[in-house]
Amino acid sequence: MAGITIERVTKSFGKTPALKDVSLDIRDGEFMVLLGPSGCGKTTLLRCVAGLEQVNDGRIRMGERDVTDLAPRNRNIAMVFQSYAVFPHMTVGSNIGFGLRMKRRPKPEIERRVREGAELLGLVPFLDRYPAQLSGGQRQRVAVARALVMDAPVLLMDEPLSNLDALLRLQARADLKRLHKEVKRTTIYVTHDQVEAMSMGDRIAVMREGVIEQIGAPMDIYDNPASQFVGGFIGSPPMNFLRGAMRNGGFEGDGYSVPLARGRAEHAGREMLLGVRAEHIEIGTDGVPAKVLVVEPLGSHALVTALVGKTAVKVQAPIGIGVKPDEMVRLRFDESRVRWMDAANGSALPN
Amino acid sequence: MSPRVLDRTLIYGSAVLLAIWVLVPFYLIAISAFTPQAKLFDYPKPLVPTSFSTETMQFFLDARGVIPSTINSLVVALITIVFGLALGTPAGYALARFRFRGREAFQVIVLATKMFPIAILSIPLAVTFLQLGLYDNVISVALVHTAMALPFIILVTGGVFVAVSHELEEAAQTLGCSRWGAFLRVALPLALPGLAAAAIFTFVISWNEVFAATILTLRQRTLPAQVLASLSTSPLAFKFAGGLFMVLPAVVFIFMIRRYLMNLWGSR
Repeated sequence: MAGITIERVTKSFGKTPALKDVSLDIRDGEFMVLLGPSGCGKTTLLRCVAGLEQVNDGRIRMGERDVTDLAPRNRNIAMVFQSYAVFPHMTVGSNIGFGLRMKRRPKPEIERRVREGAELLGLVPFLDRYPAQLSGGQRQRVAVARALVMDAPVLLMDEPLSNLDALLRLQARADLKRLHKEVKRTTIYVTHDQVEAMSMGDRIAVMREGVIEQIGAPMDIYDNPASQFVGGFIGSPPMNFLRGAMRNGGFEGDGYSVPLARGRAEHAGREMLLGVRAEHIEIGTDGVPAKVLVVEPLGSHALVTALVGKTAVKVQAPIGIGVKPDEMVRLRFDESRVRWMDAANGSALPN
Repeated sequence: MSPRVLDRTLIYGSAVLLAIWVLVPFYLIAISAFTPQAKLFDYPKPLVPTSFSTETMQFFLDARGVIPSTINSLVVALITIVFGLALGTPAGYALARFRFRGREAFQVIVLATKMFPIAILSIPLAVTFLQLGLYDNVISVALVHTAMALPFIILVTGGVFVAVSHELEEAAQTLGCSRWGAFLRVALPLALPGLAAAAIFTFVISWNEVFAATILTLRQRTLPAQVLASLSTSPLAFKFAGGLFMVLPAVVFIFMIRRYLMNLWGSR
């Protein structure tokens, strides 16, 4: 049983800062996703928790134990690497049992637990094979099995699905989620794929340039992004942003005006961003005039890109909407779902 | 001819010419070494051996000093391999794994040591070894050979460890290994074929080296030094047999490890 407390951790490589005063509390048994673009520090943070990197400053605790200065092998963690890092000179069985052998468990116990791990991940037919004889998906499962049999209370995963093809990734994602439900380890999962983060995480920590921008449950972050960056990073398509200011009881930007039921006079005069998701815009007979640029039918719905003033806005429309490029339409924003941000620094303003 | 055909003709033509350039002397030495002494001076020389005999080889192997100097050569080569790998492998590993200040400079300097002609180094070394009481000793020759082989060992093992993913060692560390344990259990076994290649290459360097060996020894000759010392006073048959005997291990070993030498000289 171990939650993880990351307390004001700082890490830099030479003069390049990678983590700036990062704090994060992960509850026992929680599936925490670190999400962000490449170079945001998510992998560095994971490696600091693993002990593969030394922090410059700050503490890392697991349960009551301070592990900041411990070597990886003394931290009681298990890790799945992006490249899988399956040992090519060992069979699948030896790979899965490697950690148990290092911990000098008795032989019958190793055999039993390797068997269990292989069964859990459907690897029993491959136990005597070498990694070179396996597909990418099978190797990935070996890496997961090898980590799981350690029975470590903390499981760390560094983009474990990024090297799989799309279809396999979907399957593996569901498998990992099911596994987590079964084994309930405290998990830190690093990914740059926001769909993975949304679908798997109990909570998501969105990172950017070495700081955590927002921590929250997937739908909280989706509905209430703390900044323009988070709104733009989470969701497909990303959140739409219109730049303007409160004037005359509405939101006015360059070449358009959004009528609002509630004028938000407290923000009068401030340059703001109106953030709204594609599914919270309706194409109708009243609202903001816009010119259709592209219509993309996506099966369940159509994605319409329309120009509001000079800003391209993505709208999720019913598949039979029947609008065509160059057509003028009117967009109605669901005002209750609109989010406001400060245009100067992108941070969210109270609704 | 299309340009492509022309290209291929040029490439294969040059390759064949180079191969002939190298292989014809080998071939002539080889057939001479197995020709009976009486027929050695036949002219024109038949290009296929007409009579096969081990008489010449036997003559060479029976000559005074050949067997002891062969043993010396083997001992020197083995000591060189041990010293060379013990010093070179950690250096190669460091080059492959760590980004330290002066890393590029180190690589260049390692190669730069090859610029000093061994002739210039040998005389002061001989003096030093005389003072240390190491003169005319297989150890002293092995030390010089180690110095000569080290740049190659460092660069070859560096290339070998680059090819072994660092994540494998990190994975081993998260699975209960210390850093050293991860190296021993994961990196080393995977690097072993490459290290064997480095060892063989070291053997060839030491086995073939003649200059330092000649200057640093008097009675404890290595094979090339022994052959060189008796060259002017020995019959032609002895030279052919000696030549073949010395060149064979080198050729066989180089052939075995050619993949790693390509690595060293090719893509990196």
